[in-house]
Amino acid sequence: MNENIIVSLKDIVVDFDGQKVLDGLSLDIHDKEFVTFLGPSGCGKTTTLRVIAGFITPKSGNVFFDGKDIADLPPYKRPVNTVFQKYALFPHLNVFENVAFGLRLKKLPEEEIRPKVLEMLEIVGLKGYERRSIHQLSGGQQQRVAIARSLVNQPRVLLLDEPLGALDLKLRKEMQLELKRLQREMNITFVYVTHDQEEALTMSDTVVVMSGGNIQQIGSPQDIYNEPRNAFVARFIGDSNIVDGLMIKDFLVSFGGHDFTCVDRGFKPNEPVQVVIRPEDVQIVPPSVGMLTGLVREVIFKGVHFEMHVDVEGYEWLIHSTQASQPGEIIGMNIGPDEIHIMARTEV
Amino acid sequence: MLKSKASRWLAGPYLVWMALFIVVPLFIVIWYAMTTADGQFTLDNLTQIGRYSSVFARSLILAAVSTVICLVLAFPVGYFLSRLRANKQHIMLMLVMLPMWMNFLLRTYAWMTLLEKNGLINRFFGLFGLGPFNMINTSGAVVLGMVYNYLPFMILPIYTAMTKIDDSIIEAAQDLGCNVWQILWRVLVPLTGPGIATGITQVFVPSVSTFIISRMLGGGSNLLIGDLIELQFLGNSYNLNLGSAMSLVLMVIVLLCMSFTSSFDESEMEGVM
Repeated sequence: MNENIIVSLKDIVVDFDGQKVLDGLSLDIHDKEFVTFLGPSGCGKTTTLRVIAGFITPKSGNVFFDGKDIADLPPYKRPVNTVFQKYALFPHLNVFENVAFGLRLKKLPEEEIRPKVLEMLEIVGLKGYERRSIHQLSGGQQQRVAIARSLVNQPRVLLLDEPLGALDLKLRKEMQLELKRLQREMNITFVYVTHDQEEALTMSDTVVVMSGGNIQQIGSPQDIYNEPRNAFVARFIGDSNIVDGLMIKDFLVSFGGHDFTCVDRGFKPNEPVQVVIRPEDVQIVPPSVGMLTGLVREVIFKGVHFEMHVDVEGYEWLIHSTQASQPGEIIGMNIGPDEIHIMARTEV
Repeated sequence: MLKSKASRWLAGPYLVWMALFIVVPLFIVIWYAMTTADGQFTLDNLTQIGRYSSVFARSLILAAVSTVICLVLAFPVGYFLSRLRANKQHIMLMLVMLPMWMNFLLRTYAWMTLLEKNGLINRFFGLFGLGPFNMINTSGAVVLGMVYNYLPFMILPIYTAMTKIDDSIIEAAQDLGCNVWQILWRVLVPLTGPGIATGITQVFVPSVSTFIISRMLGGGSNLLIGDLIELQFLGNSYNLNLGSAMSLVLMVIVLLCMSFTSSFDESEMEGVM
């Protein structure tokens, strides 16, 4: 990880009509990283992005860029560019002029603008489209123009506000990989906003999980997935079973009427905890050898795996497995020590 | 094809109307303009108009000044209105249109009583020992009347064009480095081009041909084309042939400026290259 911090937010408070949207948010963004703000709608992720872009002035708190406070800098003077959710291309300009817009404002000579724009269009895969009207482009192509229009200005940080939200699934997956490639090639910082956890895990170096105007967890995609800090993160990132348990002592936890060895420690003896188990980490075994037993309620075919809803002492468990059990069947379930993740009990 | 043939008949009633009440009268006007009182062909009516060039010039200048003032006033208002929340937009639009529901003569008459030597405004200044100012019967009063009466016709088309501009487009412009003036010239003006063109036409055309406003607020010294034409038909200098020739010239002037604004309109739409 690059230790050089490029954007730093300190105690940012934003409220709309008395309602706190960001509640004392602090965050460091490292240079040349792909950072994703992930959270449900209304969690403040877009607001945070707009604070960095300069479209929202926080009620209190500071925004630092390269260590300098830029709170008073209007958007047009900030060394960042934004790719908007609805593309926001200029309908009166063609593809070339849309991309050239920022360069013309910088009063670059024509002979410098032309090669830069053409090169950028080639990078985003729109070579030969420069004379097209933007009305003649598909959603995916418009988004590429929007990305080219921002990147051609060589911003230090590119802000992307749910840029793939309007695209269909296949195109979205393609663009995810392409954005990741662009970020590596251009070697700049991308700050990406999305509510799609899979998208966040696919592209990011660092994921910032947000909820209720604050940060729930910051970490690599693996950290966030494997070591969720609280029940909100665990629920939001992928499917998970969250059950109440008791931490008997270090490396031993009790839940579902069975004691499990685990890899967690540092809790008080007999401290109530929450246990997170991913649906794919439950092994199905014959009931006689299972640590837990459960009654299969429902089996749904999902393509790669079967999704099963299993009743274990009144808790409904979600299990993903490549082999199907039958509804009504009693199954045994085993969970390895590495697959058990313990969290302090929180009210979410 | 059948469909378009059938729909052609639907335009029939209007085509008859147009022929009877637009095309035929137009030819009558042309006929009158090109003949003498006893029906002989002549171009004298048209050549005579040169004598009134100062009136034509005054009409054009006052209408142009009014149009520019309306545009400068309406543009920010249109932007402001379009950024309001929907329910507030409706109320504000009602306020903009409210004067239009009042009788035109009454509105203009009201300005007379305001601007008179001992009208309301001068009496107000009188309280502070100022004035009286000479306001009525000036070209300024005529411009004021034009702006007051025709401003809504500029605001509405600009407002309509503005509502089609999403906030994110303005933000994108800021983001790419536009200051306030650059947003205005590079984004708002080109995107509202058609609305501006419509507004200019809707203000300039009635302004250049008005006769009530100049008569009531301009006194005798601010004769406009409209007054001149009226004099030929209803006034002392009764001369149908000259009046028709003047109408014809006015029509050509209006057509010229409409073609100018519509060409401006098109070039804006094609994109500024």
